[in-house]
Amino acid sequence: MNGHNLRHDLFYYLGMLLICAPFLKSHTVYVPLLFLGVWGLRRFAAFAGENRTITGIREQMESLVMAHSSLTVGSILAIALLLPFVSSNYLIDVLTSAILYAILATALNITVGMTGVLVLGFIGFYAVGAYTTGILTAKFALCGFWIALPLSGLAAMLCGILLGIPALRLKGDYLAVVTLGFGEIIRIFLTNLNALTGGPNGIMGIKRPSFGVFALDHPRDFYWFALVMLSLIVLVVARLANSRYGRAWVAIRENEMAAGALGINVFRKHLLSFSISAFLGGIAGSLFAVKQGFISPDSFTFYESVLVLCMVVLGGIGNVVGSVAGALLLIIVPEFLREFSLYRMLVFGAVMIAFMVFRPNGLLGSRLITEEIKDSADDDR
Amino acid sequence: MFLQHLLNGITIGGSYALIALGYTLVYGVLKLINFAHGEIYMIGANLGFILISLIPAMPPFLQGNLILLLLAVVLVAAVICSLYGYYLEKICYRPLRGAPKLTPLISALGASIFLQNFVMISMGAKDRIFPQTIGMQAITMGGVSFTLLQLVIIFSSIALMALIYWFINRTRLGIAIKATSADPYMASLVGINVDTVISVTFMAGSFLAACAGVMIGLYYGSINFTLGYLGGIKAFTAAVLGGIGNVPGAMIGGFLLGVIEALGAGYFSSEYKDVYAFFILIAVLVFRPAGLLGKGANERA
Repeated sequence: MNGHNLRHDLFYYLGMLLICAPFLKSHTVYVPLLFLGVWGLRRFAAFAGENRTITGIREQMESLVMAHSSLTVGSILAIALLLPFVSSNYLIDVLTSAILYAILATALNITVGMTGVLVLGFIGFYAVGAYTTGILTAKFALCGFWIALPLSGLAAMLCGILLGIPALRLKGDYLAVVTLGFGEIIRIFLTNLNALTGGPNGIMGIKRPSFGVFALDHPRDFYWFALVMLSLIVLVVARLANSRYGRAWVAIRENEMAAGALGINVFRKHLLSFSISAFLGGIAGSLFAVKQGFISPDSFTFYESVLVLCMVVLGGIGNVVGSVAGALLLIIVPEFLREFSLYRMLVFGAVMIAFMVFRPNGLLGSRLITEEIKDSADDDR
Repeated sequence: MFLQHLLNGITIGGSYALIALGYTLVYGVLKLINFAHGEIYMIGANLGFILISLIPAMPPFLQGNLILLLLAVVLVAAVICSLYGYYLEKICYRPLRGAPKLTPLISALGASIFLQNFVMISMGAKDRIFPQTIGMQAITMGGVSFTLLQLVIIFSSIALMALIYWFINRTRLGIAIKATSADPYMASLVGINVDTVISVTFMAGSFLAACAGVMIGLYYGSINFTLGYLGGIKAFTAAVLGGIGNVPGAMIGGFLLGVIEALGAGYFSSEYKDVYAFFILIAVLVFRPAGLLGKGANERA
């Protein structure tokens, strides 16, 4: 493979220009510039991968952060706690939704990252959680938020178990597609079961929770509440990852047959990770419902599932802190790109591809995981 | 009524089958589900729209010959789309060969988001109405009403399937594709250029998807940029139904899915029309992951 010569590149990009030509209208001028940029980036990536100084600096940075991990986490938490004092309500709102996505990404990371089960319809659990809260607290006003919150998690968990028992016998892409189907089925049912879910109009008037008399009505208060929930969940998941169960999950991810031979009940462990992740997804959904005050099937599309998956992958598969970082990045950065909203998703898709091609282990993919993935790739051959 | 639903189902099923062939062929050689395939189909439909809108600008002596023009439209759209398939493989899949399974899937999702938004930006987010061309008046025969266009669609999808069947079983490249899907390493040892074969597979699949896209555009009369998602999922269901990696299976699965959907929409409720495909998908995967014609479920699933 010696494709990096100029003439090859020329034909390559000219061909691309040719096939894009029928779709081009007014912005024709930018396209060659874009290609030039892509070409330059590829050259730079090839250069940066080879250059010792650049890789050296990167490794030093990584080891520095790793060595002072508790200090890093502490300072990030302190910044997150103090941030609402200096930011506008709009920014707090964005940050809150970033936190909710971080919870989702942490939950999805249990299945995708630790157990190696790809779930493409994860937003289905989120939807179940959100709708359970919506139905219980607003539509029929049966109970308060504090009862609805665990019930939402349990409802999502039940869905996870019901889906998992038949589906987890499958593997890889097949399982991914079944879960995708699950997400879509949930959404279509939410749209059509008018009596229960309000159909396409959704459920309105979901109240914010309160601690006794202290209501979390101000965005800042709710932000702190969400932050506390996130920290709790991240702590639990991080502990879980190092527990007996977490290690069993990683063992299954790395080599299912060997894990089975060592006496791990693969199916049960799969189901456990699936249901825990569904439970946390439901909790996130419940928080989403009370944050928005309004839910409709439009919030739970396949695109959202992909977004959450991207957070997990971008942060580094199997890395708990990475998922949170990925979520923050993917929610906050696009907010700054609002002016280019038309091109936002285009860039997003391109970045996804670029990330997979140039840095398949994500931002914080740890060295251990890198080695693990390399080994398993060798086994597949 | 039954015959009516059956005929409508076969019309749609033909295009499902054509798209499903793309999934199956790629799965055969790379053991990978090309999740961006639905977007290629969507691009095919949009290219068809662009090219058909060009027809009034053609010289008059060509305009008399609408059939020929439509054929040319389908052909040009299919050729451009096969280039899309080529680039898709080259950019999103080739650098990731041998990487863990999750990586190509994510880059495929990225490609699918990219292509969708690319088309949305250039074509606009609204539905585009396909220009009326041929055979739109209904013919009623024995209680079944259909249009000439419907017949053309059914026959051309069958013809295209025959073409791909011939291509795979009778030409050198096709046999190379078969060899590569049986064992890529062995194929490379006997002198088959596996990279070329993979490119050709993507191009062939995209060619068929583009044909299906133009036909569906003509049949439904309106297209937009989100077409690829549902179309892709349904075609994938069809491929799984017939046994993924199995060429005749994809064809049968496509027709079967089209008919089931049409009957379901006709006799039960059309609101849940899109759910049938997903239920079938889940049921097939859980109870018979190898599909109707597939073999060796344990190795693949």
